[in-house]
Amino acid sequence: MSLRPVEAVSSLAGAPSSAGSSLHRFANPGRFLRLSETVLPWLVVPAILLTATGLGWGLFFAPADWQQGDAVRIMYVHVPSAWLASSAYFALAVCSLLSLVWRHPLADLAAVEIGPVGAGFTALCLASGSLWGKPMWGAWWVWDARLTSVLVLFFLYLGHIVLVRAFDDPVRGYRAGSILALVGVINLPIIKFSVDWWNTLHQPASITLLGAPTMAPSMLWPLLVSALGFSFAFAAIVVARLRAAVMERRIRGLLLARAGSR
Amino acid sequence: MTHLPFIVASYALAVLVLGWFGIGAWLRTAAAKRRLAAIDPRRERTAR
Repeated sequence: MSLRPVEAVSSLAGAPSSAGSSLHRFANPGRFLRLSETVLPWLVVPAILLTATGLGWGLFFAPADWQQGDAVRIMYVHVPSAWLASSAYFALAVCSLLSLVWRHPLADLAAVEIGPVGAGFTALCLASGSLWGKPMWGAWWVWDARLTSVLVLFFLYLGHIVLVRAFDDPVRGYRAGSILALVGVINLPIIKFSVDWWNTLHQPASITLLGAPTMAPSMLWPLLVSALGFSFAFAAIVVARLRAAVMERRIRGLLLARAGSR
Repeated sequence: MTHLPFIVASYALAVLVLGWFGIGAWLRTAAAKRRLAAIDPRRERTAR
Protein backbone atom coordinates (compact mmCIF):
# COMPACT_ATOMS: atom_id res chain seq x y z
CA MET A 1 0.00 0.00 0.00
CA SER A 2 1.55 3.28 -1.02
CA LEU A 3 0.94 6.44 0.90
CA ARG A 4 0.31 9.86 -0.51
CA PRO A 5 2.73 12.61 0.36
CA VAL A 6 1.95 14.28 3.62
CA GLU A 7 1.97 17.92 2.73
CA ALA A 8 1.68 19.62 6.06
CA VAL A 9 5.07 20.33 7.45
CA SER A 10 4.83 20.64 11.20
CA SER A 11 3.89 23.92 12.72
CA LEU A 12 7.08 23.46 14.72
CA ALA A 13 9.07 24.41 11.66
CA GLY A 14 10.33 27.93 11.94
CA ALA A 15 11.93 29.88 9.13
CA PRO A 16 15.06 27.99 8.17
CA SER A 17 18.33 29.82 8.24
CA SER A 18 20.46 29.69 5.10
CA ALA A 19 22.74 27.17 6.79
CA GLY A 20 19.82 24.94 7.59
CA SER A 21 17.93 25.33 4.30
CA SER A 22 19.59 22.31 2.72
CA LEU A 23 18.59 20.24 5.74
CA HIS A 24 15.00 21.40 5.36
CA ARG A 25 14.84 19.99 1.83
CA PHE A 26 14.76 16.58 3.52
CA ALA A 27 12.30 17.66 6.20
CA ASN A 28 9.14 17.34 4.15
CA PRO A 29 7.20 14.48 5.77
CA GLY A 30 5.89 13.22 2.42
CA ARG A 31 9.39 13.07 1.00
CA PHE A 32 10.60 11.35 4.17
CA LEU A 33 7.84 8.72 3.95
CA ARG A 34 8.65 7.95 0.32
CA LEU A 35 12.40 7.84 0.94
CA SER A 36 12.14 5.76 4.11
CA GLU A 37 9.79 3.25 2.44
CA THR A 38 12.57 2.59 -0.09
CA VAL A 39 15.38 2.56 2.49
CA LEU A 40 13.71 0.44 5.18
CA PRO A 41 14.06 -3.00 3.51
CA TRP A 42 17.77 -2.23 2.96
CA LEU A 43 18.09 -1.77 6.70
CA VAL A 44 15.84 -4.60 7.91
CA VAL A 45 17.35 -7.42 5.83
CA PRO A 46 21.02 -6.71 6.75
CA ALA A 47 19.94 -6.15 10.37
CA ILE A 48 18.41 -9.63 10.60
CA LEU A 49 21.16 -11.39 8.64
CA LEU A 50 24.13 -9.69 10.33
CA THR A 51 22.72 -9.90 13.86
CA ALA A 52 21.84 -13.59 13.46
CA THR A 53 25.26 -14.32 11.92
CA GLY A 54 27.20 -12.35 14.53
CA LEU A 55 25.35 -13.80 17.52
CA GLY A 56 25.37 -17.35 16.11
CA TRP A 57 29.08 -17.08 15.30
CA GLY A 58 29.84 -15.75 18.76
CA LEU A 59 27.72 -18.33 20.54
CA PHE A 60 28.68 -21.50 18.65
CA PHE A 61 31.90 -20.98 16.65
CA ALA A 62 34.08 -18.33 18.31
CA PRO A 63 36.66 -19.75 20.70
CA ALA A 64 36.32 -19.60 24.46
CA ASP A 65 38.69 -17.31 26.32
CA TRP A 66 41.66 -18.94 28.07
CA GLN A 67 40.86 -17.03 31.26
CA GLN A 68 37.10 -16.35 31.17
CA GLY A 69 36.00 -19.55 29.49
CA ASP A 70 32.70 -19.43 27.62
CA ALA A 71 31.48 -16.41 29.60
CA VAL A 72 33.35 -14.30 27.04
CA ARG A 73 30.52 -15.09 24.60
CA ILE A 74 28.42 -12.50 26.45
CA MET A 75 30.76 -9.95 24.82
CA TYR A 76 28.95 -10.42 21.48
CA VAL A 77 25.80 -9.00 23.07
CA HIS A 78 27.31 -6.64 25.63
CA VAL A 79 29.82 -4.70 23.51
CA PRO A 80 27.52 -3.94 20.53
CA SER A 81 24.75 -2.83 22.89
CA ALA A 82 27.24 -0.60 24.75
CA TRP A 83 28.41 0.98 21.47
CA LEU A 84 24.81 1.51 20.40
CA ALA A 85 23.86 2.99 23.78
CA SER A 86 26.46 5.75 23.36
CA SER A 87 25.96 6.18 19.60
CA ALA A 88 22.20 6.47 20.01
CA TYR A 89 22.65 9.18 22.61
CA PHE A 90 24.97 11.03 20.23
CA ALA A 91 22.27 10.75 17.54
CA LEU A 92 19.72 12.04 20.04
CA ALA A 93 21.96 15.04 20.79
CA VAL A 94 22.46 15.78 17.07
CA CYS A 95 18.68 15.72 16.54
CA SER A 96 18.29 18.02 19.55
CA LEU A 97 20.81 20.44 18.07
CA LEU A 98 19.00 20.39 14.72
CA SER A 99 15.77 21.04 16.55
CA LEU A 100 17.04 23.90 18.69
CA VAL A 101 19.15 25.69 16.09
CA TRP A 102 17.40 25.05 12.77
CA ARG A 103 13.90 24.11 14.00
CA HIS A 104 14.10 21.03 11.82
CA PRO A 105 10.55 19.60 11.81
CA LEU A 106 11.57 15.94 11.79
CA ALA A 107 14.39 16.35 14.32
CA ASP A 108 11.98 16.64 17.26
CA LEU A 109 10.15 13.50 16.22
CA ALA A 110 13.43 11.68 15.62
CA ALA A 111 14.69 12.61 19.10
CA VAL A 112 11.44 11.39 20.66
CA GLU A 113 11.70 8.09 18.78
CA ILE A 114 15.42 7.54 19.43
CA GLY A 115 15.01 7.97 23.20
CA PRO A 116 13.20 4.71 24.07
CA VAL A 117 15.31 2.66 21.63
CA GLY A 118 18.52 4.06 23.11
CA ALA A 119 17.22 3.35 26.59
CA GLY A 120 16.47 -0.24 25.51
CA PHE A 121 20.02 -0.76 24.23
CA THR A 122 21.45 0.82 27.40
CA ALA A 123 19.31 -1.48 29.55
CA LEU A 124 20.55 -4.44 27.50
CA CYS A 125 24.15 -3.26 27.99
CA LEU A 126 23.66 -2.96 31.76
CA ALA A 127 21.85 -6.30 32.07
CA SER A 128 24.32 -8.24 29.91
CA GLY A 129 27.20 -6.57 31.75
CA SER A 130 25.68 -7.67 35.01
CA LEU A 131 25.31 -11.22 33.67
CA TRP A 132 28.97 -11.12 32.65
CA GLY A 133 30.11 -9.54 35.90
CA LYS A 134 28.58 -12.11 38.22
CA PRO A 135 30.65 -15.12 37.04
CA MET A 136 33.80 -13.04 36.40
CA TRP A 137 33.86 -10.56 39.30
CA GLY A 138 31.60 -12.42 41.71
CA ALA A 139 29.16 -9.47 41.84
CA TRP A 140 26.14 -8.43 39.79
CA TRP A 141 27.04 -4.77 40.22
CA VAL A 142 29.94 -2.63 41.43
CA TRP A 143 29.98 1.18 41.70
CA ASP A 144 32.78 1.32 39.17
CA ALA A 145 33.26 4.49 37.06
CA ARG A 146 32.33 2.77 33.77
CA LEU A 147 29.24 1.06 35.16
CA THR A 148 28.08 4.15 37.01
CA SER A 149 28.51 6.45 34.00
CA VAL A 150 26.48 4.03 31.83
CA LEU A 151 23.80 3.97 34.53
CA VAL A 152 23.77 7.79 34.38
CA LEU A 153 23.33 7.47 30.59
CA PHE A 154 20.30 5.23 31.20
CA PHE A 155 18.82 7.83 33.56
CA LEU A 156 19.47 10.56 30.98
CA TYR A 157 17.47 8.55 28.46
CA LEU A 158 14.66 8.05 30.98
CA GLY A 159 14.73 11.77 31.82
CA HIS A 160 14.46 12.65 28.13
CA ILE A 161 11.56 10.22 27.60
CA VAL A 162 9.66 11.72 30.54
CA LEU A 163 10.52 15.34 29.81
CA VAL A 164 9.35 15.42 26.17
CA ARG A 165 5.98 14.10 27.30
CA ALA A 166 5.67 16.24 30.44
CA PHE A 167 4.15 19.40 28.88
CA ASP A 168 0.70 20.08 27.48
CA ASP A 169 2.39 22.01 24.70
CA PRO A 170 4.57 19.45 22.87
CA VAL A 171 6.91 22.17 21.55
CA ARG A 172 7.91 23.07 25.11
CA GLY A 173 8.53 19.39 25.79
CA TYR A 174 10.72 19.07 22.71
CA ARG A 175 12.74 22.15 23.70
CA ALA A 176 13.23 20.96 27.30
CA GLY A 177 14.18 17.47 26.06
CA SER A 178 16.66 18.95 23.58
CA ILE A 179 18.40 20.97 26.29
CA LEU A 180 18.63 17.91 28.54
CA ALA A 181 20.02 15.82 25.65
CA LEU A 182 22.68 18.43 24.84
CA VAL A 183 23.72 18.85 28.48
CA GLY A 184 23.93 15.05 28.84
CA VAL A 185 26.46 14.78 26.00
CA ILE A 186 29.14 15.54 28.60
CA ASN A 187 28.55 12.00 29.87
CA LEU A 188 29.73 10.38 26.60
CA PRO A 189 33.47 11.18 26.97
CA ILE A 190 33.17 10.29 30.65
CA ILE A 191 31.89 6.83 29.66
CA LYS A 192 34.59 6.45 27.01
CA PHE A 193 37.55 7.51 29.13
CA SER A 194 36.32 6.34 32.54
CA VAL A 195 38.45 3.20 32.29
CA ASP A 196 41.54 5.35 31.64
CA TRP A 197 40.87 8.16 34.12
CA TRP A 198 40.00 6.01 37.13
CA ASN A 199 40.99 2.64 38.50
CA THR A 200 38.09 0.51 37.40
CA LEU A 201 37.18 -3.13 37.68
CA HIS A 202 35.92 -2.87 34.10
CA GLN A 203 38.60 -3.70 31.56
CA PRO A 204 40.00 -0.99 29.24
CA ALA A 205 39.01 -0.84 25.55
CA SER A 206 40.20 -3.77 23.43
CA ILE A 207 39.44 -1.96 20.18
CA THR A 208 40.58 1.61 19.53
CA LEU A 209 40.53 3.83 16.46
CA LEU A 210 44.30 4.32 16.34
CA GLY A 211 45.82 1.20 17.88
CA ALA A 212 45.68 -2.41 16.79
CA PRO A 213 42.97 -4.45 18.56
CA THR A 214 44.18 -6.51 21.51
CA MET A 215 41.82 -9.31 20.54
CA ALA A 216 42.29 -12.41 18.41
CA PRO A 217 40.73 -12.12 14.92
CA SER A 218 38.65 -15.24 15.66
CA MET A 219 36.86 -13.18 18.35
CA LEU A 220 37.11 -9.78 16.66
CA TRP A 221 35.25 -10.71 13.46
CA PRO A 222 32.08 -12.07 15.08
CA LEU A 223 32.10 -9.02 17.37
CA LEU A 224 32.28 -6.64 14.40
CA VAL A 225 29.56 -8.52 12.51
CA SER A 226 27.33 -8.47 15.59
CA ALA A 227 28.00 -4.73 16.11
CA LEU A 228 27.16 -4.03 12.46
CA GLY A 229 23.95 -6.05 12.79
CA PHE A 230 22.94 -4.16 15.95
CA SER A 231 23.65 -0.86 14.17
CA PHE A 232 21.44 -1.80 11.22
CA ALA A 233 18.76 -2.97 13.66
CA PHE A 234 18.90 0.33 15.52
CA ALA A 235 18.64 2.32 12.28
CA ALA A 236 15.76 0.17 11.01
CA ILE A 237 13.83 0.46 14.28
CA VAL A 238 14.28 4.24 14.47
CA VAL A 239 13.29 4.78 10.83
CA ALA A 240 10.20 2.57 11.26
CA ARG A 241 9.20 4.38 14.47
CA LEU A 242 9.77 7.74 12.80
CA ARG A 243 7.56 6.72 9.86
CA ALA A 244 4.82 5.79 12.31
CA ALA A 245 5.26 9.07 14.21
CA VAL A 246 5.00 11.14 11.00
CA MET A 247 1.80 9.32 10.01
CA GLU A 248 0.36 9.70 13.51
CA ARG A 249 1.05 13.43 13.40
CA ARG A 250 -0.74 13.61 10.05
CA ILE A 251 -3.69 11.69 11.52
CA ARG A 252 -3.91 14.10 14.49
CA GLY A 253 -3.79 17.05 12.07
CA LEU A 254 -6.61 15.64 9.95
CA LEU A 255 -8.77 14.84 12.97
CA LEU A 256 -8.25 18.34 14.37
CA ALA A 257 -9.11 19.89 10.99
CA ARG A 258 -12.30 17.83 10.85
CA ALA A 259 -13.26 18.80 14.39
CA GLY A 260 -12.60 22.48 13.58
CA SER A 261 -14.72 22.44 10.42
CA ARG A 262 -17.80 21.16 12.24
CA MET B 1 30.04 -24.85 27.92
CA THR B 2 30.88 -22.97 31.14
CA HIS B 3 28.54 -20.35 32.66
CA LEU B 4 25.74 -21.47 30.36
CA PRO B 5 22.81 -19.85 32.26
CA PHE B 6 24.50 -16.43 32.13
CA ILE B 7 25.24 -16.78 28.41
CA VAL B 8 21.73 -17.98 27.54
CA ALA B 9 20.17 -15.19 29.61
CA SER B 10 22.19 -12.47 27.88
CA TYR B 11 21.41 -13.79 24.37
CA ALA B 12 17.74 -14.20 25.28
CA LEU B 13 17.65 -10.60 26.50
CA ALA B 14 19.21 -9.41 23.23
CA VAL B 15 16.60 -11.25 21.17
CA LEU B 16 13.84 -9.94 23.47
CA VAL B 17 14.95 -6.29 23.23
CA LEU B 18 15.51 -6.36 19.45
CA GLY B 19 12.29 -8.30 18.89
CA TRP B 20 10.26 -6.04 21.17
CA PHE B 21 11.34 -2.85 19.42
CA GLY B 22 11.30 -4.37 15.93
CA ILE B 23 7.85 -5.95 16.14
CA GLY B 24 6.54 -2.94 18.07
CA ALA B 25 7.69 -0.54 15.34
CA TRP B 26 6.24 -2.76 12.62
CA LEU B 27 2.82 -3.02 14.33
CA ARG B 28 2.73 0.72 15.04
CA THR B 29 3.55 1.56 11.41
CA ALA B 30 0.91 -0.84 10.11
CA ALA B 31 -1.74 0.63 12.43
CA ALA B 32 -0.84 4.21 11.45
CA LYS B 33 -0.96 3.31 7.73
CA ARG B 34 -4.41 1.73 8.12
CA ARG B 35 -5.76 4.66 10.10
CA LEU B 36 -4.33 7.27 7.73
CA ALA B 37 -5.71 5.45 4.72
CA ALA B 38 -9.14 5.43 6.35
CA ILE B 39 -9.32 9.16 7.13
CA ASP B 40 -7.16 10.86 4.51
CA PRO B 41 -9.53 13.11 2.47
CA ARG B 42 -7.30 12.97 -0.62
CA ARG B 43 -7.67 9.20 -0.63
CA GLU B 44 -11.47 9.58 -0.34
CA ARG B 45 -11.54 12.02 -3.27
CA THR B 46 -9.60 9.69 -5.53
CA ALA B 47 -11.77 6.74 -4.51
CA ARG B 48 -14.94 8.42 -5.84
